[in-house]
Amino acid sequence: MLQEVEKETFDTASPLMAARVRYRLNQRQGPGPEDVTNKETTENDDWVACILSIREHQDRQAFARLFDHFAPRVKGFLMKSGADEALAEECTQDVMATLWQKSHLFDPTRASAATWIFTIARNRKIDALRKQRRPEPEDLPWGPDQEPDQADVLALQQETMQLGKAINDLPEKQKVLIEKAYFHDLSHSEIAKETGLPLGTIKSRIRLALDRLRHVMK
Amino acid sequence: MTDQIKHHLTDALLMAYSAGSLPEAFNLTIATHISMCDECRARLGAFDSLGGALVEETESVEMSAGSLEAVMDRLKAPEEKKEKPRKSKGVLPAPLQDYIGGDLDAVRWKSIGMGVKQAILPTSRDASARLLFIPAGAAVPDHGHQGTELTLVLKGAFADEVDHFGPGDIEVANEDLNHTPVADIGEDCICLAATDAPLKFKGLIPRIAQPFLRI
Repeated sequence: MLQEVEKETFDTASPLMAARVRYRLNQRQGPGPEDVTNKETTENDDWVACILSIREHQDRQAFARLFDHFAPRVKGFLMKSGADEALAEECTQDVMATLWQKSHLFDPTRASAATWIFTIARNRKIDALRKQRRPEPEDLPWGPDQEPDQADVLALQQETMQLGKAINDLPEKQKVLIEKAYFHDLSHSEIAKETGLPLGTIKSRIRLALDRLRHVMK
Repeated sequence: MTDQIKHHLTDALLMAYSAGSLPEAFNLTIATHISMCDECRARLGAFDSLGGALVEETESVEMSAGSLEAVMDRLKAPEEKKEKPRKSKGVLPAPLQDYIGGDLDAVRWKSIGMGVKQAILPTSRDASARLLFIPAGAAVPDHGHQGTELTLVLKGAFADEVDHFGPGDIEVANEDLNHTPVADIGEDCICLAATDAPLKFKGLIPRIAQPFLRI
Protein backbone atom coordinates (compact mmCIF):
# COMPACT_ATOMS: atom_id res chain seq x y z
CA MET A 1 0.00 0.00 0.00
CA LEU A 2 2.73 2.39 0.98
CA GLN A 3 4.80 1.46 -2.04
CA GLU A 4 1.94 2.63 -4.24
CA VAL A 5 2.05 6.10 -2.78
CA GLU A 6 5.72 6.16 -3.29
CA LYS A 7 5.33 5.33 -6.96
CA GLU A 8 2.55 7.83 -7.51
CA THR A 9 4.42 10.71 -5.99
CA PHE A 10 7.54 9.90 -7.93
CA ASP A 11 5.77 9.44 -11.26
CA THR A 12 3.94 12.68 -11.67
CA ALA A 13 3.53 14.27 -8.29
CA SER A 14 -0.06 14.64 -9.42
CA PRO A 15 -2.02 13.84 -6.27
CA LEU A 16 0.22 16.04 -4.18
CA MET A 17 0.26 18.75 -6.77
CA ALA A 18 -3.52 18.61 -7.00
CA ALA A 19 -3.81 18.98 -3.25
CA ARG A 20 -1.45 21.91 -3.28
CA VAL A 21 -3.30 23.65 -6.08
CA ARG A 22 -6.61 22.97 -4.36
CA TYR A 23 -5.23 24.42 -1.16
CA ARG A 24 -3.97 27.52 -2.92
CA LEU A 25 -7.25 28.01 -4.72
CA ASN A 26 -9.15 27.84 -1.45
CA GLN A 27 -6.77 30.34 0.01
CA ARG A 28 -7.18 32.76 -2.85
CA GLN A 29 -10.88 33.33 -2.42
CA GLY A 30 -12.10 36.20 -0.32
CA PRO A 31 -10.67 39.65 0.19
CA GLY A 32 -8.36 40.50 -2.65
CA PRO A 33 -5.24 42.58 -3.12
CA GLU A 34 -7.07 45.84 -2.39
CA ASP A 35 -6.93 45.00 1.33
CA VAL A 36 -3.17 45.07 1.24
CA THR A 37 -1.26 48.29 1.13
CA ASN A 38 1.50 48.56 -1.43
CA LYS A 39 4.03 49.50 1.16
CA GLU A 40 3.52 46.30 3.11
CA THR A 41 3.63 44.12 0.03
CA THR A 42 6.87 45.75 -1.02
CA GLU A 43 8.42 45.21 2.39
CA ASN A 44 7.56 41.54 2.39
CA ASP A 45 8.68 41.18 -1.20
CA ASP A 46 11.99 42.69 -0.16
CA TRP A 47 12.72 39.96 2.37
CA VAL A 48 12.05 37.32 -0.25
CA ALA A 49 14.35 39.11 -2.68
CA CYS A 50 17.05 39.29 0.00
CA ILE A 51 16.96 35.54 0.64
CA LEU A 52 17.01 34.76 -3.09
CA SER A 53 19.95 37.14 -3.51
CA ILE A 54 21.86 35.29 -0.79
CA ARG A 55 21.17 32.04 -2.60
CA GLU A 56 22.19 33.35 -6.00
CA HIS A 57 24.93 35.87 -5.22
CA GLN A 58 26.04 35.26 -1.63
CA ASP A 59 24.83 38.81 -1.04
CA ARG A 60 26.15 40.01 2.34
CA GLN A 61 24.31 43.32 2.21
CA ALA A 62 21.03 41.50 1.78
CA PHE A 63 21.99 39.33 4.75
CA ALA A 64 22.68 42.41 6.88
CA ARG A 65 19.22 43.79 6.09
CA LEU A 66 17.53 40.52 7.02
CA PHE A 67 19.61 40.38 10.18
CA ASP A 68 18.60 43.90 11.26
CA HIS A 69 14.93 43.11 10.83
CA PHE A 70 14.61 39.50 11.94
CA ALA A 71 17.41 38.83 14.46
CA PRO A 72 15.89 41.03 17.24
CA ARG A 73 12.49 39.40 16.65
CA VAL A 74 13.94 35.89 16.77
CA LYS A 75 15.78 36.83 19.96
CA GLY A 76 12.52 38.13 21.46
CA PHE A 77 10.77 34.91 20.49
CA LEU A 78 13.48 32.75 22.06
CA MET A 79 13.49 34.75 25.29
CA LYS A 80 9.70 34.45 25.57
CA SER A 81 10.22 30.72 25.09
CA GLY A 82 12.38 30.59 28.19
CA ALA A 83 15.93 31.17 26.98
CA ASP A 84 18.06 33.61 28.99
CA GLU A 85 19.61 36.49 27.12
CA ALA A 86 22.97 34.86 26.45
CA LEU A 87 21.42 31.65 25.11
CA ALA A 88 18.87 33.58 23.03
CA GLU A 89 21.66 35.70 21.54
CA GLU A 90 23.73 32.63 20.70
CA CYS A 91 20.79 30.73 19.20
CA THR A 92 19.66 33.74 17.17
CA GLN A 93 23.14 33.97 15.66
CA ASP A 94 22.87 30.28 14.77
CA VAL A 95 19.43 30.81 13.24
CA MET A 96 20.69 33.64 11.06
CA ALA A 97 23.75 31.64 9.98
CA THR A 98 21.43 28.72 9.09
CA LEU A 99 19.33 31.09 6.99
CA TRP A 100 22.44 31.89 4.97
CA GLN A 101 23.62 28.30 4.73
CA LYS A 102 20.24 26.81 3.82
CA SER A 103 18.95 29.59 1.58
CA HIS A 104 18.56 27.02 -1.23
CA LEU A 105 15.74 25.41 0.77
CA PHE A 106 13.59 28.54 0.92
CA ASP A 107 10.52 28.32 -1.32
CA PRO A 108 8.69 31.67 -1.51
CA THR A 109 5.63 29.98 -3.02
CA ARG A 110 5.21 27.94 0.16
CA ALA A 111 6.30 30.20 2.99
CA SER A 112 6.85 33.88 3.69
CA ALA A 113 10.31 34.92 4.87
CA ALA A 114 8.99 35.29 8.44
CA THR A 115 7.40 31.84 8.37
CA TRP A 116 10.56 30.19 7.11
CA ILE A 117 12.67 31.96 9.73
CA PHE A 118 10.14 30.97 12.40
CA THR A 119 10.57 27.28 11.49
CA ILE A 120 14.37 27.55 11.70
CA ALA A 121 14.13 29.33 15.07
CA ARG A 122 11.62 26.81 16.39
CA ASN A 123 13.90 23.90 15.48
CA ARG A 124 16.86 25.60 17.13
CA LYS A 125 14.70 26.16 20.21
CA ILE A 126 13.79 22.46 20.44
CA ASP A 127 17.42 21.54 20.04
CA ALA A 128 18.76 24.06 22.56
CA LEU A 129 16.02 24.18 25.19
CA ARG A 130 14.54 20.71 25.03
CA LYS A 131 17.67 18.85 23.91
CA GLN A 132 15.64 16.83 21.45
CA ARG A 133 15.76 15.94 17.82
CA ARG A 134 12.98 17.33 15.70
CA PRO A 135 11.57 14.70 13.31
CA GLU A 136 10.51 16.44 10.08
CA PRO A 137 8.09 15.17 7.43
CA GLU A 138 9.46 13.94 4.12
CA ASP A 139 10.08 16.60 1.52
CA LEU A 140 7.55 17.09 -1.21
CA PRO A 141 8.79 15.52 -4.44
CA TRP A 142 9.45 18.93 -5.92
CA GLY A 143 12.01 21.23 -4.33
CA PRO A 144 12.10 25.02 -4.51
CA ASP A 145 12.12 26.13 -8.14
CA GLN A 146 15.01 28.12 -9.45
CA GLU A 147 12.51 30.63 -10.78
CA PRO A 148 9.49 30.71 -8.45
CA ASP A 149 6.19 31.58 -10.08
CA GLN A 150 5.62 35.27 -9.33
CA ALA A 151 1.85 34.89 -9.12
CA ASP A 152 2.27 32.22 -6.44
CA VAL A 153 4.76 34.35 -4.54
CA LEU A 154 2.43 37.34 -4.65
CA ALA A 155 -0.58 35.28 -3.57
CA LEU A 156 1.37 34.00 -0.59
CA GLN A 157 2.53 37.51 0.35
CA GLN A 158 -1.04 38.73 0.35
CA GLU A 159 -2.22 35.84 2.47
CA THR A 160 0.59 36.58 4.89
CA MET A 161 -0.47 40.21 5.21
CA GLN A 162 -4.09 39.18 5.72
CA LEU A 163 -3.08 36.75 8.42
CA GLY A 164 -0.99 39.36 10.24
CA LYS A 165 -3.91 41.77 10.18
CA ALA A 166 -6.35 39.06 11.29
CA ILE A 167 -4.16 38.21 14.29
CA ASN A 168 -4.05 41.85 15.30
CA ASP A 169 -7.84 42.03 15.05
CA LEU A 170 -8.35 39.08 17.39
CA PRO A 171 -9.89 39.84 20.78
CA GLU A 172 -7.02 40.34 23.25
CA LYS A 173 -7.98 37.30 25.35
CA GLN A 174 -7.74 34.99 22.34
CA LYS A 175 -4.57 36.52 20.98
CA VAL A 176 -2.77 36.12 24.31
CA LEU A 177 -3.52 32.40 24.41
CA ILE A 178 -2.37 31.81 20.84
CA GLU A 179 0.88 33.61 21.65
CA LYS A 180 1.35 31.55 24.79
CA ALA A 181 0.83 28.34 22.86
CA TYR A 182 3.48 29.31 20.28
CA PHE A 183 6.01 31.19 22.34
CA HIS A 184 5.90 29.89 25.86
CA ASP A 185 6.35 26.26 25.03
CA LEU A 186 3.33 25.34 27.12
CA SER A 187 0.72 22.65 26.72
CA HIS A 188 -2.92 23.61 27.26
CA SER A 189 -2.86 22.22 30.79
CA GLU A 190 0.31 24.16 31.59
CA ILE A 191 -1.35 27.32 30.28
CA ALA A 192 -4.29 26.49 32.55
CA LYS A 193 -1.97 26.29 35.54
CA GLU A 194 -0.20 29.53 34.62
CA THR A 195 -3.29 31.61 33.88
CA GLY A 196 -5.66 29.99 36.37
CA LEU A 197 -8.23 29.62 33.59
CA PRO A 198 -10.15 26.34 33.31
CA LEU A 199 -8.77 24.01 30.62
CA GLY A 200 -12.12 24.07 28.78
CA THR A 201 -12.01 27.88 28.54
CA ILE A 202 -8.50 27.79 27.10
CA LYS A 203 -9.40 25.17 24.53
CA SER A 204 -12.52 27.01 23.45
CA ARG A 205 -10.74 30.39 23.21
CA ILE A 206 -8.03 28.90 21.03
CA ARG A 207 -10.67 27.20 18.91
CA LEU A 208 -12.57 30.48 18.54
CA ALA A 209 -9.36 32.26 17.55
CA LEU A 210 -8.60 29.65 14.89
CA ASP A 211 -12.20 29.81 13.59
CA ARG A 212 -11.90 33.56 13.29
CA LEU A 213 -8.59 33.35 11.43
CA ARG A 214 -10.05 30.73 9.10
CA HIS A 215 -13.06 32.92 8.42
CA VAL A 216 -10.83 35.85 7.46
CA MET A 217 -8.57 33.67 5.32
CA LYS A 218 -11.41 32.01 3.42
CA MET B 1 -3.64 6.89 -0.89
CA THR B 2 -3.60 10.32 0.62
CA ASP B 3 -7.27 10.49 -0.47
CA GLN B 4 -8.05 7.30 1.46
CA ILE B 5 -7.04 8.83 4.78
CA LYS B 6 -10.13 9.51 6.87
CA HIS B 7 -8.67 10.12 10.31
CA HIS B 8 -6.49 13.20 10.58
CA LEU B 9 -4.54 15.16 13.17
CA THR B 10 -6.44 17.55 15.42
CA ASP B 11 -5.85 21.32 15.28
CA ALA B 12 -4.43 21.16 18.80
CA LEU B 13 -1.79 18.60 17.78
CA LEU B 14 -0.85 20.39 14.56
CA MET B 15 -0.54 23.68 16.39
CA ALA B 16 1.63 22.15 19.12
CA TYR B 17 3.80 20.41 16.50
CA SER B 18 4.23 23.73 14.70
CA ALA B 19 4.98 25.54 17.96
CA GLY B 20 7.47 22.85 18.95
CA SER B 21 5.98 22.07 22.35
CA LEU B 22 5.35 18.33 21.99
CA PRO B 23 7.51 15.43 23.19
CA GLU B 24 9.77 13.86 20.58
CA ALA B 25 7.66 10.65 20.33
CA PHE B 26 4.61 12.69 19.30
CA ASN B 27 6.65 14.80 16.87
CA LEU B 28 7.87 11.59 15.24
CA THR B 29 4.34 10.21 14.86
CA ILE B 30 3.03 13.50 13.48
CA ALA B 31 5.96 13.89 11.05
CA THR B 32 5.31 10.34 9.82
CA HIS B 33 1.57 10.98 9.33
CA ILE B 34 2.25 14.24 7.46
CA SER B 35 4.65 12.37 5.18
CA MET B 36 1.61 10.28 4.17
CA CYS B 37 -1.13 12.95 4.27
CA ASP B 38 -1.29 16.03 2.04
CA GLU B 39 -4.26 17.49 3.87
CA CYS B 40 -2.46 17.63 7.21
CA ARG B 41 0.67 18.91 5.44
CA ALA B 42 -1.33 21.83 4.05
CA ARG B 43 -2.92 22.48 7.46
CA LEU B 44 0.52 22.42 9.06
CA GLY B 45 1.60 25.05 6.53
CA ALA B 46 -1.16 27.30 7.84
CA PHE B 47 -0.04 26.81 11.45
CA ASP B 48 3.58 27.55 10.51
CA SER B 49 2.34 30.75 8.85
CA LEU B 50 0.65 31.66 12.10
CA GLY B 51 4.00 31.19 13.87
CA GLY B 52 5.68 33.38 11.25
CA ALA B 53 3.09 36.11 11.66
CA LEU B 54 3.53 36.03 15.45
CA VAL B 55 7.32 36.34 15.12
CA GLU B 56 6.81 39.33 12.84
CA GLU B 57 4.58 40.94 15.50
CA THR B 58 6.62 40.05 18.55
CA GLU B 59 8.55 42.53 20.67
CA SER B 60 12.13 42.81 19.49
CA VAL B 61 15.09 42.37 21.82
CA GLU B 62 18.20 44.20 20.73
CA MET B 63 21.11 42.05 19.58
CA SER B 64 24.49 42.44 21.31
CA ALA B 65 27.02 44.88 19.89
CA GLY B 66 29.08 43.31 17.12
CA SER B 67 26.57 40.48 16.71
CA LEU B 68 26.12 40.94 12.96
CA GLU B 69 29.88 41.01 12.41
CA ALA B 70 30.31 37.86 14.50
CA VAL B 71 27.79 36.01 12.33
CA MET B 72 29.26 37.45 9.12
CA ASP B 73 32.64 36.02 10.11
CA ARG B 74 31.10 32.57 10.39
CA LEU B 75 29.43 32.53 6.99
CA LYS B 76 30.76 30.15 4.43
CA ALA B 77 29.42 29.61 0.93
CA PRO B 78 25.72 28.74 1.07
CA GLU B 79 25.05 25.06 0.43
CA GLU B 80 24.27 24.04 -3.11
CA LYS B 81 20.80 22.87 -3.99
CA LYS B 82 20.59 19.18 -3.24
CA GLU B 83 19.90 16.80 -6.11
CA LYS B 84 17.02 14.91 -4.56
CA PRO B 85 14.48 15.78 -1.89
CA ARG B 86 14.45 13.59 1.21
CA LYS B 87 11.99 10.88 0.32
CA SER B 88 11.57 7.28 1.44
CA LYS B 89 12.42 4.63 -1.10
CA GLY B 90 10.93 1.82 0.98
CA VAL B 91 7.80 0.84 2.86
CA LEU B 92 8.09 3.22 5.82
CA PRO B 93 8.22 7.03 5.57
CA ALA B 94 11.63 8.69 5.92
CA PRO B 95 11.26 10.23 9.42
CA LEU B 96 10.43 6.81 10.84
CA GLN B 97 13.30 5.13 8.98
CA ASP B 98 15.65 7.65 10.62
CA TYR B 99 14.65 6.24 14.03
CA ILE B 100 14.74 2.59 13.00
CA GLY B 101 18.01 2.90 11.13
CA GLY B 102 16.44 1.31 8.07
CA ASP B 103 13.16 0.11 6.61
CA LEU B 104 10.66 -2.47 7.89
CA ASP B 105 13.16 -5.33 7.52
CA ALA B 106 15.54 -3.57 9.94
CA VAL B 107 13.01 -3.44 12.81
CA ARG B 108 14.10 -5.48 15.84
CA TRP B 109 10.81 -6.90 17.04
CA LYS B 110 10.25 -8.26 20.53
CA SER B 111 7.30 -10.55 21.18
CA ILE B 112 4.80 -9.34 23.79
CA GLY B 113 2.55 -12.39 23.57
CA MET B 114 -0.40 -13.63 21.47
CA GLY B 115 1.63 -13.05 18.33
CA VAL B 116 1.75 -9.30 18.99
CA LYS B 117 5.24 -7.79 18.67
CA GLN B 118 6.67 -4.38 19.43
CA ALA B 119 9.81 -2.36 18.92
CA ILE B 120 10.48 0.66 21.14
CA LEU B 121 12.06 3.58 19.32
CA PRO B 122 14.70 5.82 20.89
CA THR B 123 13.02 9.11 21.82
CA SER B 124 13.17 11.48 24.78
CA ARG B 125 11.68 10.06 27.96
CA ASP B 126 8.71 12.44 28.34
CA ALA B 127 6.77 10.12 26.00
CA SER B 128 7.40 6.84 24.24
CA ALA B 129 7.07 5.69 20.65
CA ARG B 130 6.87 2.11 19.51
CA LEU B 131 6.06 0.07 16.47
CA LEU B 132 3.35 -2.54 16.97
CA PHE B 133 2.91 -5.66 14.87
CA ILE B 134 -0.56 -7.15 15.21
CA PRO B 135 -1.12 -10.43 13.30
CA ALA B 136 -4.12 -10.47 10.97
CA GLY B 137 -7.27 -10.95 13.03
CA ALA B 138 -5.51 -10.58 16.40
CA ALA B 139 -6.23 -8.02 19.12
CA VAL B 140 -4.10 -5.76 21.30
CA PRO B 141 -5.24 -6.28 24.92
CA ASP B 142 -8.07 -4.00 26.06
CA HIS B 143 -6.52 -0.87 27.52
CA GLY B 144 -7.28 2.62 28.66
CA HIS B 145 -5.00 5.66 28.74
CA GLN B 146 -3.76 8.02 31.38
CA GLY B 147 -2.52 10.58 28.90
CA THR B 148 -2.75 10.90 25.14
CA GLU B 149 -2.07 8.05 22.75
CA LEU B 150 -1.59 8.48 19.01
CA THR B 151 -1.84 5.39 16.83
CA LEU B 152 -0.86 5.68 13.19
CA VAL B 153 -1.53 2.80 10.79
CA LEU B 154 1.46 2.11 8.56
CA LYS B 155 0.32 -1.13 6.95
CA GLY B 156 -2.86 -3.22 7.12
CA ALA B 157 -5.78 -1.91 9.16
CA PHE B 158 -7.45 -2.24 12.54
CA ALA B 159 -10.85 -1.60 14.02
CA ASP B 160 -11.77 -0.68 17.58
CA GLU B 161 -14.83 0.59 19.45
CA VAL B 162 -14.44 3.97 17.71
CA ASP B 163 -14.02 3.20 14.00
CA HIS B 164 -12.00 1.44 11.32
CA PHE B 165 -8.47 2.70 10.66
CA GLY B 166 -6.57 2.04 7.42
CA PRO B 167 -3.10 3.01 6.16
CA GLY B 168 -2.24 6.61 7.00
CA ASP B 169 -5.14 6.99 9.44
CA ILE B 170 -4.28 8.28 12.90
CA GLU B 171 -6.33 7.68 16.04
CA VAL B 172 -6.04 10.23 18.84
CA ALA B 173 -7.07 8.63 22.15
CA ASN B 174 -7.20 10.18 25.61
CA GLU B 175 -8.24 9.28 29.17
CA ASP B 176 -11.85 8.74 28.15
CA LEU B 177 -11.18 5.91 25.73
CA ASN B 178 -10.90 2.24 26.60
CA HIS B 179 -10.37 0.30 23.43
CA THR B 180 -9.36 -3.06 22.00
CA PRO B 181 -7.80 -2.58 18.58
CA VAL B 182 -8.29 -5.67 16.39
CA ALA B 183 -6.29 -6.12 13.17
CA ASP B 184 -8.24 -6.78 9.96
CA ILE B 185 -8.36 -10.39 8.93
CA GLY B 186 -6.77 -9.95 5.50
CA GLU B 187 -3.35 -8.59 6.45
CA ASP B 188 -1.01 -8.17 9.42
CA CYS B 189 -1.23 -4.66 10.84
CA ILE B 190 1.76 -2.47 11.62
CA CYS B 191 1.23 0.72 13.61
CA LEU B 192 3.30 3.46 15.15
CA ALA B 193 2.00 4.31 18.61
CA ALA B 194 3.09 7.20 20.82
CA THR B 195 1.95 7.87 24.36
CA ASP B 196 2.88 10.32 27.09
CA ALA B 197 1.79 8.03 29.94
CA PRO B 198 1.84 4.28 30.52
CA LEU B 199 -1.20 2.46 29.14
CA LYS B 200 -3.59 0.92 31.66
CA PHE B 201 -4.46 -2.65 30.76
CA LYS B 202 -7.63 -4.12 32.20
CA GLY B 203 -6.59 -7.79 32.36
CA LEU B 204 -4.21 -9.03 35.05
CA ILE B 205 -1.42 -10.48 32.92
CA PRO B 206 -0.72 -7.43 30.77
CA ARG B 207 -0.52 -5.23 33.89
CA ILE B 208 2.15 -7.39 35.43
CA ALA B 209 3.98 -7.49 32.13
CA GLN B 210 3.67 -3.72 31.61
CA PRO B 211 6.69 -2.47 33.60
CA PHE B 212 8.90 -5.03 31.90
CA LEU B 213 7.59 -4.35 28.43
CA ARG B 214 7.69 -0.58 28.84
CA ILE B 215 4.32 0.00 27.26
